[in-house]
Amino acid sequence: MTDQTQKEVLLELKDYSITFKTPDGDVKAVSNMNLTVRRGERIAIVGESGSGKSQTFLGIMGLLAKNGQTSGQALLEGRDVLALKPRELDKVRGKDMAMVFQDPMTALNPSLKISRQLTEQLEIHRGFTARAASVEALDMLKRVGIPDPTRRFNLYPHELSGGMRQRIVIAMALLTKPKLLIADEPTTALDVTIQAQILDLFNDLTAEMNTALLMITHDLGVVAGLADRVAVMYAGNIVEEAPVDELFEKPAHPYTAALHAAIPRPDQDVDELVVIPGRPPNLQHLPKGCNFSPRCPQVQDDCIDRPPQLETLAPQHCAACFHPFPRREELLTHA
Amino acid sequence: MLSYAFRRLLSTIPVLWIAVTACFFVLRLAPGGPFDGERSLPPAILQNLAAHYNLDKPLIQQYFYYVSDLLKGDLGPSFTSEDFNVAQQIMVGLPYTFTLGMTAFVLAIVIGVAVGCLGALYQNKMPDYVLGAMILVGVVFPNFLIAPILQLVFGIQLAWLPVGGWGDGSLKFLVLPVVVMALPHAGRISRITRGSMIEVMNQNFIRTAKAKGIGPRLTVMRHALKPAMMPVVSYLGPAASYLLTGSLVVESIFGLPGIGRYFINAALNRDYGMVLGTVIFYMVLIVFLNLIVDIAYAWLDPKVRNR
Repeated sequence: MTDQTQKEVLLELKDYSITFKTPDGDVKAVSNMNLTVRRGERIAIVGESGSGKSQTFLGIMGLLAKNGQTSGQALLEGRDVLALKPRELDKVRGKDMAMVFQDPMTALNPSLKISRQLTEQLEIHRGFTARAASVEALDMLKRVGIPDPTRRFNLYPHELSGGMRQRIVIAMALLTKPKLLIADEPTTALDVTIQAQILDLFNDLTAEMNTALLMITHDLGVVAGLADRVAVMYAGNIVEEAPVDELFEKPAHPYTAALHAAIPRPDQDVDELVVIPGRPPNLQHLPKGCNFSPRCPQVQDDCIDRPPQLETLAPQHCAACFHPFPRREELLTHA
Repeated sequence: MLSYAFRRLLSTIPVLWIAVTACFFVLRLAPGGPFDGERSLPPAILQNLAAHYNLDKPLIQQYFYYVSDLLKGDLGPSFTSEDFNVAQQIMVGLPYTFTLGMTAFVLAIVIGVAVGCLGALYQNKMPDYVLGAMILVGVVFPNFLIAPILQLVFGIQLAWLPVGGWGDGSLKFLVLPVVVMALPHAGRISRITRGSMIEVMNQNFIRTAKAKGIGPRLTVMRHALKPAMMPVVSYLGPAASYLLTGSLVVESIFGLPGIGRYFINAALNRDYGMVLGTVIFYMVLIVFLNLIVDIAYAWLDPKVRNR
């Protein structure tokens, strides 16, 4: 993992924010976020619903709802994709950066054949002829593990199962060999056995193509098996970022630790599931100090006073907390 | 797809039979008859007439006569015109009505879909408001108001187009009646298209298409238009039958020799043969158009085909 830092930077978010204009005033869904993604790196973005993890990357892809506005910079190979005109952005998305969406049942167009939906970006981004695009797409269907791809190529989405459709969506995203693949909870809608297969698929294909993978998830189990590095998001910002092993062994932020403790452990006999007390904060009325302070079991006076910044605790490990945990054992006695 | 069309075609047979039967008996229940006039005819002549048209037979027997003729493709005689039977009379006016109706139908679709799509893509912006307001004119003002206004402006004031008549059937004679007939349908089609397009553009698969970077034109034309046309198509069936049956009002105002007026005259005269003939003709037309709508549905939504 140490060699990761030597690799070339692919995507850099600088002071990146997303604001939604609503009738009740502006809502800052992501605030002043910084993140660096290197070539071929696999990063998991973890957080609760509403933590802004999906919006962050929809914003980079230019897919925010109409009332959403980005600010700051998102440099893909040094070029700020947020500043691109729509026409220029269309030359980047689907080619250099691609996205796999959460729900395979609705992500595919029900009125178009699989073949049409797979070949179009090859024709547009790579200038393939229809014939060459078909050959390439069929090959990709084989690689994502679709049995009998020639027959399935001419089917409509409703004629395929959910797992099959998600494989198609993945094939669609990887066809143009993007440098960055954003996967937004790609396994949430699938049953557990299929989940594992799909995660393996991500692992193999991104490694093979040296594609950087940003896996957005709320499932720490997914994270452990897949990612090199983890960024934990809370209320629109990263609160902790660390290599995956370190995050599991030595979570520094109380929120990360609480997420950990909330994973049910079959080897321990418990009567109740561990929950994080309280609710995710209202983004329109954030606390003055640390966003997690109202729910934090370790809250102290300075936490309420001013917001903490991300600070490096160890090489590649940083957390936004005034009183980070030294180690996990201590957490377990608290929890 | 073909077997689907064939199955749908078979299922129209009982529908047609029920409609013919209901129509036959309802018509006979109506008071009065084809030979009631200002002056009553001598009983002997009435009896001869009744015998000629089988009206002296029991009703049920008349029904069987009619249906057996119908199965042979014979719509029967007209009760008020000795020289032409029902089919011949319909054929005289039909070409005019069809030309007008089809042209108006196509025009309504082209304008309606185009305006609807623009409205959806510029939702709540200037083009949406302007086009919406313009199309509203076509929906709220009745054709008997719009027609004379257009005649006044384009026929008399500007003298660009003929005020009425069929002339040699060239385009300039068609323009005004076709526009008057198409306007209200274009308006409704545009509202349906706009609503449906807005809904489709918010679907997840449109987000997928955008994420692929295929550009706004392909996203709309290839990915959004087909699913957005579903509710429009279900409106097109009734709209087409409405337009093709000919508008009495438009045909009268522009002095066109279509078949809209046959309907009214035949019903007023209790011309049993003519009324039944036109009704059956339109029923077949409507059933046929609905069949086309269903097939169009199957084309738009692949899921329908498996049912």
